[in-house]
Formats: sequence, C-alpha cells, structure tokens
Amino acid sequence: MFNFPAPTIDWVIIAPTMIVSITGLLALCLEMIWPKRDNTWIIGVSLVGLIMAAVSVVAQFSYPEATTFSDTVIRDRFALVMQLLLIVAAFCSLLFSESYLRDKRISYGEFYPIILWSLVGGMVMVTTRNMLLMFLGIEILSIALYVLAGLSRSESKSEESALKYFLLGSFASGFLLYGVALLYGATGSLDISAIASAWPRADLMHQTLLVFGFGMVFVGLGFKSAFVPFHQWTPDVYQGAPTNVSAFMAAGSKIGALAALWRFLEGAEGMKAIWMPALTVVAILTMTAGNLAALVQKDAKRVLGYSSISHAGYILVGILAHFAAPDKVGFGSLAYYLLSYTLMTVGAFAVVSLGANKGKEGTKFEELRGLWRRSPFAVACLIVFVASLIGIPLTSGFAGKFMIFGDALKANLTVLAIALAINSILSVAYYLQMIKAMFVDDVEGDEVIEKRPVSLGMTTVCALCAGGIVAAFIFTPVVIEFLVGKS
Amino acid sequence: MNGVPLVAYLLVGLFMFTIGVVGVVIRRNPIVIFMCIELMLNAANLTFLAFARYMPSSNVAPTGQAQAVMSGQMMVIFVMAVAAAEVAVGLGIIMAIYRLRQNIDIDEMNLLRG
Repeated sequence: MFNFPAPTIDWVIIAPTMIVSITGLLALCLEMIWPKRDNTWIIGVSLVGLIMAAVSVVAQFSYPEATTFSDTVIRDRFALVMQLLLIVAAFCSLLFSESYLRDKRISYGEFYPIILWSLVGGMVMVTTRNMLLMFLGIEILSIALYVLAGLSRSESKSEESALKYFLLGSFASGFLLYGVALLYGATGSLDISAIASAWPRADLMHQTLLVFGFGMVFVGLGFKSAFVPFHQWTPDVYQGAPTNVSAFMAAGSKIGALAALWRFLEGAEGMKAIWMPALTVVAILTMTAGNLAALVQKDAKRVLGYSSISHAGYILVGILAHFAAPDKVGFGSLAYYLLSYTLMTVGAFAVVSLGANKGKEGTKFEELRGLWRRSPFAVACLIVFVASLIGIPLTSGFAGKFMIFGDALKANLTVLAIALAINSILSVAYYLQMIKAMFVDDVEGDEVIEKRPVSLGMTTVCALCAGGIVAAFIFTPVVIEFLVGKS
Repeated sequence: MNGVPLVAYLLVGLFMFTIGVVGVVIRRNPIVIFMCIELMLNAANLTFLAFARYMPSSNVAPTGQAQAVMSGQMMVIFVMAVAAAEVAVGLGIIMAIYRLRQNIDIDEMNLLRG
C-alpha cells in the first residue's frame, strides 16, 4: 500500500557533517586505546578533522543549490556559511581547552568527541528545512552540551548549571515540539516551506493552528538563542559550566538556533504582520535587558553571559531587517556579525579561562586582579575582543554593528536602529569594568598566583581571534563577498 | 476510534501539555520536573498521531497523503528516541548532584546568581 523508495544520497552535501561525526568516533577510539594519557593525539585528530570539514564546506561554495535525502538536507549558501561559522566556533573552543581543563583538573579525553558531536547537531540544524531534522539537530546539540556543562563533576556550580541548562533546555524543546506538532497538523508536512504555501489558503482554524504553532516554535528557539523573556538561564549556565564549554555554548548553540529561526521566519513570511511587531519588542527588550543586567555583575563569565544576550538582540535586529525588506537586505551582515561574534566571544572566554588555577574557576573580578602581569599577551588580545564587543572602530564588531544599523534604516526599522545605537553606548561601562579588574594589581591578602607559561593553544586562539577581528574589519567587503558570494 | 473526533484528541494533548508546563513551574523536585517535561513531549506525540490519523481531512493534496501520514508517525518514533536519550543524561546529572550534596532540592540550587 505504501511504497517507500530508498532516498538517493548525495554524499558531497553531507560530507562536512560526516567528517565531523567520524572524527568524533576516532577521537573516542583514541581515548579508549590510551585512557588517562595526555590528550595530544585526540586534540590533533579533532583539529585536523575540523579543518577537513571546513575545507569540504568551502569547496562547496561554488556548487549549485541542491537537496538530498528526499529534500530533507539542503545545500544553499546560507547553510554552508552557517556550517563554516559553527566549525570556526568549535575549532577556537577546542584550541584553548586542554590547558584550561588541566588547570581545572578535569582533563577527560571524552570532552573532545562530545563537543564534536554537539557540533554535528548544530550542522544538522542549519542544513535543513525539515522540522524533524531540525528537532533532532537541536537535541543532539543540546544533549551533548548538557553533559559538557556538568563536566566538572566535583564542583557544585558546574553540576548546578548542568541541571538548570538541562531542565530549561528540555522544557524549551517541549514547546518547540508541540509547536511543530501544531504546524504539522495545519500543513500536513514537516517541511517548513509548506507553511508558506498553507498560510494563504488556510481557513480560520488552520490559521489559528499556524499562528499558535509558530509562536510555540519561537518560544523554543528563543530559549536556545537567549531572547528576553527566555534568557534567565544564560548567565547562570555560562558562569557554572567550564569556560571552554561556555565559549562553545555562546557561539555554537546561538548560531544554530538563530539559523533555525531564520528558516522558520522564511517559511512564516506570509504572517509577517503578526510576528513582526512581537519580535520588534523582543529585540528591543533583549538588547536592553542584557546590557542593564550586566552593569551590576561581579563575575567575568556572567558579564559575558549577559553580553551574549544583548548580542542576540543585535543579531535579531539584523534578521528582522532582512524580513522587513527581503529584496534590499540579504544575509550578508548577519553572517558577518555572527563571524565576528564568534571570534570575539570565544576569544574573550579563552582569556577569562586563564583565571582557572588549581581546580578552581577564578573568574570573579577580584580573582582576575593582576592577570595583566601574569599573561600580558592574552590580556592585550582581550582588549581587542572587548573593543569589538563594544563596537569600537578598527574592529569587526564595529563594522558588523554598523551594517546591521544600516540594514535596519534601509528596512525602515528606525526604532530598532536607535535602540541598537543607545545600547552600544550603554555596554561600554561593564566591559571596561572587566578590563579594569585585570589591570589592577593584586591587593594585599590576595592569594598570590605565580606566573605560569601560557599554553601554545591559548596563544594561538588569542592570536587567531584578535587577528581575525582586525582583518575582518580591514577587509570587510572581501569577507562579505566570501560569505555570501557576488550579488 | 470510530466516532471520536480529532478535536477530542487535540484537547487531551493540550490538557497534558498544560499539566506538564504547570508542573515544571510549580514543582521543586528535579525528577518530578523532568517527568512533567516528559508529559509535554508525550502531549506533542499524541497531537502528532492524532493529526496523522485524521490527515485526509486536512488540506493536503491527495497525492501527498501517504507521505503526510508517514511523516507524523515517524516524528513520534524519533521523539521517543530523543526522550530516552534525555532521560539518560538527565538522571546522570541528577545523580552527580546527589553525590555532591546528598540532596536534590531545586530551591537549594542557588550558588549561581549575580
């Protein structure tokens, strides 16, 4: 009665995902062959695998758009670029992991395969328009991150953050799933593009289903990308989780969730009149609440958590600008901003992770005192990252914010543009607090931490991120053309 | 299932989902919270299956009927697998917390604040 044709598989499209998952398996095998040894080989294999995956993504830039696995996996420029950004985020987070995990005394080799599979989840999410695959991708990404957040098993804070992330994350996926169920009921398909065709000919009941379904999906994705009012978990989880995991969480899971949101909004463009005002409010609240709450924080990782909330707001402005005027604004500034966001956030987390010592976290402002004396190069790079997070000229953060500002004006979203500008100024204060803490000398009574050599991975990631930020500013048009192609 | 209208299934699903959400918000034991989350996932499953069973009445082209029915049923299988994976990880985290402090009350999880 039901004839199931075997899907034809285009291996080139899924090559990046396959490479990363196989690299994860290899890394796990290495860990099993030489347990409890130093993780040099595991890191080597993981990094080589990531580079190969990145090459296989970039090589596909010149290929035409295509789909495989019965139209569930797609290759378009957006999917490729988001995959590349995810790989960059994972690569940078892996580079500084070993020395940090050693300082925290949790250098388990299993960390590397799990973070690679988490990356696989993100890559699945961004290469599909099918809600089943998107749900699976989100879950693969999140479940791996739940484990990693609790990696520091002897530390109450880490476990607490894992539990919070786990409960709120699965709560959010419950919403997402129920939303998908309603959308499926209204369209009879799990493909997001079916929403677009179902909306114009829907009667009142189906319209209600579509609107509620889309709202539920937005709640689910809003949790993952930390939009206000679903943002409360972010600073807690970022503070408690090991710093390298927070770095990947901040960059990787946000890229995945925002890309998925982009796809959903693409499908729901017909009901723009309903969601555009709601999302405008969400964007303004997200930017402002993130920045205001960050002002009173005393912990560098919490500050970065709140800053990532407000950055999610800036990025949402970019997304809304595209959907307000699709023919005038492409995804160029979104991709550029996500690239610079990845570099500056992962870089900042990397430098903050230098506070770890003798199994302790050490990211409170008073514990970071004198970091300048201990590792001058890293703190110098942090200045670049913070300048970029604020949006000071000569950094890619400035160029990205400027472009999103311009997009918002082009799309007649003046309110959002003004909110963005005000918030950029607001954010200066707390970033400077963080920098200041590192330059203040040790106060009498502080535990004196001797100067340690900074690991090669840490130096590399600082140099890469800082160099990338400045280079991306100087060659802004080149970078954008690389990301979105000639238009 | 003759005579039972689609709306009945949807209402049961919605009811289960609401119980789940309310439970997550008001209960203090992580294991109970987690059971409420499972309830939410199963409410979604029930909704999927109800829609899949009654699909011919929806606005799908006749040629796509079989596929429309199948995709809803497939989704349920995947959701069950994902829920099982979540249980494994979640109970592991709760165990780790219990070992650290002999207590898993949510109200005492207050180390992280600013």
